Amino acid sequence: MTERERGTGGRLGRALGGLRRSLVEGFKLQPVLVPLYAILLSFVVGGILIAIVGANPFKAYYWLVQGMLGGWERVASSIARSVPYIGSALALAFAFRAGLFNIGAEGQLLVGGIVAAWAGTWSWMLEVPGVVAIPVILIAGAAGGALWGFIPGLLRATTGAHEVISTIMLNWIGLFMVRWLVNSRDPIILRDAAASVPRTRPITPTGILPEIYDSQPTLHWGLFVMLAVCVLVAYVLKRTNFGFETITVGLNPHAAHYAGMSVNKIIILSMTLSGAFAGLAAAGEVSGMGATQPYQPGHFITMGFDGIAIALLARGNPIGIIPASLLWGALLVGAPLMQQQAGVSIDIVRIIQSMVLLFVAADAIVRFIFRVRSDEGGAFQMSEEVTL
Amino acid sequence: MGALIVYLAFWVVAAYLIGWLVGRAAKGRGHDADRWFWLGFFLGPIALIALLAAKPGSGAPGADLEVTDTSYPDFDPAVTPILEVRGITKTFPGVIANENVDLVLNKGEIHCLLGENGAGKSTLVNVIFGLYHPDAGSIYLRGRQLEFKGVRHAISQGIGMVHQHFQLIPVLTVAENVILGNELTTGPLVDIGEARRRIREIGEKYGLEVDPDAKVGDLSVGEQQRVELVKALFRRAEILILDEPTAVLTPGEVDEFFAVVRSLVDQGKSIIFITHKLREVLAVADHITVLRGGKVAGSADPATATQQTLANLMVGRDVVFRVEKGEARPGRAVLSVHDMCVEDERGVQTVSDLSFEVRAGEIFGIAGVQGNGQRELVEAVTGMRRKVAGSVEILGEDATRFKPRQITELGTAHIPEDRTKHGLVGPYTVADNLVINRYHKAPYSRRGVRNQAAIHDEAAVLVEEYDIRTPSVDVPVHTLSGGNQQKVIVARELSGDIGVLIVSQPTRGLDVGSIEFIHQQIIGIRDRGAGVLLVSAELDEILSLSDRIGVLYRGKLVGIFDAASTTREQLGYLMATGSTPDTEEVAS
Repeated sequence: MTERERGTGGRLGRALGGLRRSLVEGFKLQPVLVPLYAILLSFVVGGILIAIVGANPFKAYYWLVQGMLGGWERVASSIARSVPYIGSALALAFAFRAGLFNIGAEGQLLVGGIVAAWAGTWSWMLEVPGVVAIPVILIAGAAGGALWGFIPGLLRATTGAHEVISTIMLNWIGLFMVRWLVNSRDPIILRDAAASVPRTRPITPTGILPEIYDSQPTLHWGLFVMLAVCVLVAYVLKRTNFGFETITVGLNPHAAHYAGMSVNKIIILSMTLSGAFAGLAAAGEVSGMGATQPYQPGHFITMGFDGIAIALLARGNPIGIIPASLLWGALLVGAPLMQQQAGVSIDIVRIIQSMVLLFVAADAIVRFIFRVRSDEGGAFQMSEEVTL
Repeated sequence: MGALIVYLAFWVVAAYLIGWLVGRAAKGRGHDADRWFWLGFFLGPIALIALLAAKPGSGAPGADLEVTDTSYPDFDPAVTPILEVRGITKTFPGVIANENVDLVLNKGEIHCLLGENGAGKSTLVNVIFGLYHPDAGSIYLRGRQLEFKGVRHAISQGIGMVHQHFQLIPVLTVAENVILGNELTTGPLVDIGEARRRIREIGEKYGLEVDPDAKVGDLSVGEQQRVELVKALFRRAEILILDEPTAVLTPGEVDEFFAVVRSLVDQGKSIIFITHKLREVLAVADHITVLRGGKVAGSADPATATQQTLANLMVGRDVVFRVEKGEARPGRAVLSVHDMCVEDERGVQTVSDLSFEVRAGEIFGIAGVQGNGQRELVEAVTGMRRKVAGSVEILGEDATRFKPRQITELGTAHIPEDRTKHGLVGPYTVADNLVINRYHKAPYSRRGVRNQAAIHDEAAVLVEEYDIRTPSVDVPVHTLSGGNQQKVIVARELSGDIGVLIVSQPTRGLDVGSIEFIHQQIIGIRDRGAGVLLVSAELDEILSLSDRIGVLYRGKLVGIFDAASTTREQLGYLMATGSTPDTEEVAS
């Protein structure tokens, strides 16, 4: 521990430094310092932007927080909004640990969602109870996402095609395939012929996940499904041989090959699992919102890309994804109230979110401003000092 | 191509700007703006180029470099050393890399800097070359104090450095590489013709002929090194720092290289030569300074010093040079390779029709210059690389199509050539690295779930047994020194029931102490009845460890000898040429 203490000058500086040190050590904040400071910095810069456009940043942020947390209904909305982000971020984070950059969460969500929505309308599903119907829908969604992750994994392992390219292309294939499936009138494939807008038929009533709080959007049991998956993934990565192999392949595939691990198997499996996480999140949404909102292709747009930012903010840690997703969802829920009350555009929240990503990715900026020492072996260590 | 587009775009923009300015000026005077715009557009850039080209000084070759001979009128090489280092101290967080180091380099002399890995040799020359700023001490260049203003300043004062890892761009030609960062220009255009001429001139003067138009990527390692030297001389270097220049060369190339170094010294250049090979030091040095633990351990005169005295200075204690080794008692064949062919990543067949046998209780050494198929041979035998043809039999089983794990299960250990790439996962702890070949077996894991306690216990035992110097088994392995990293691999691979050991470059980059330890371990495993396949580019290592020696040349075994009845010279010749001298028939 070499805490760099430069002459910040004066007793106040030293007192603040001491306060910070006791906070950091007391709450074991060292590993999450960079993300925390990145969020802080983004809000500061966002505040400056708000001031430039002529509004009062304190007032804006007050209403933003009110929108996020003011009352139980808003808290429920914030949580509900963040649930699918957990899945899409997990899809990124798991692949990250295997050294893969899965940009395809977008497509995996879409395909997982459509498969889940389709499974929910199978005729035999109408007759089975919820304990059967709900798992069938969730598994179907996960399988759909898994297929969309398996393809780039297989291509990478067998032909070396880079997963960034293939997942981006599969996003488009997925998007237009789903649009066609839902939009097509002749023949009618999955479209609800009775509805005026293009959407799938409502899923079986027994397949709807129970509601926790009647908020907008609905807070449903999908939350617990995603939390359980996070804990499970954390356990698998930390305690099992499969997790050990995955991380080894991510850190050093040559050493993994030398040690007798099957690198190709791990690549395919981790991409497939990543896709399954995204697909599961989409299925949870389809099932949880089934009562009010049948599947529409536009529903998951940009959710996969937001997953990249959340996974980075959580530094690839499956447990860290939970608070990061909550922040994401809450900001989106709080923004409209800020616009109403303080007259600041919703887009400022998007700007803040983008800056969080920027500062986490370019962590040298944060480390320089807040004098955070560099930690060893972070999952997303971008670059160490050049040694000659 | 991209550069060309940018270049053209720049001129189009410039032309447009000139045209616009001319047009505006014309309009102000009542002329037709459009016509004047086009005039300016086409003629302006031509005028600009002509103007820049005519600007005095800018086109002269190496104009931004001071000519160092004339800037030191009071320098007398007979009295003053050309470079004097006084009391240099440089610390990194937690490490004192250099402590009060002195060094005197006279003009026209080869000064060898000798020391183990981590002794502070590289730090010292990096300070001289301006890469590091020292904490204390000063450097005098031709009697005047040298300011620490970075690499460009050091280069402008006539200091040049050839790094161990070449700083060349393979896709560019020799001339392009040489002028990179110091482009000779005529106006805005690079004057490659002038550069070519000067490269040829330097080549003739110092015996460093290279084709300026050859692509660097197509050149051999020895030729690339010559390009590095030309690069330094092109920048008018008077003092040349050579960082482990012979590590990558064949024995023949080393001799050629020494000839070049001598011709440089004869022409008045001064050289600091870093190495840890004692034989070379005695062959070329005029002066020797030995560093140990960041301090000067002593100086030696090559006329009176021996390898033994130098090694003792380097290590700080008596070093056993001859590896203590009993008679081999070879048993049945444990590893047999028949007519094996292997391809590298590019699909080039680098191992052809290779056949040999390793018997239990013997060390079979494979000598050869690097890049003659050693890597592919080892990877194929250990299951990491597919074989195009032929078969491999390990401990009586046909292992031709086995995967790495199956080969390990047979009782094979593998100490890989590249310890950071293959042997270790750097960010993992010492404990995880110590079990990375058996993490999936009991007691290290049960039903797929890892047992941290068992891994920990095993690691603690191995750290103790193999004397791995680490603060704990929970630190990331990349924080250990190279020698201790290699000990982690050796400990992991040699613990357990081993029938065959495959070792590749086991002591590359290690200090004398670690080399001793690892050699003893390899002999120990042989004496316990394992067959050892030893691949090394260090001929001395092969000679001192092996019981039988095969020479690999362009993917073929060109001879197999009994270690007792062969000589260094004989092997060296075979390694370099692939054939034996006509005058000397080798009986094998």
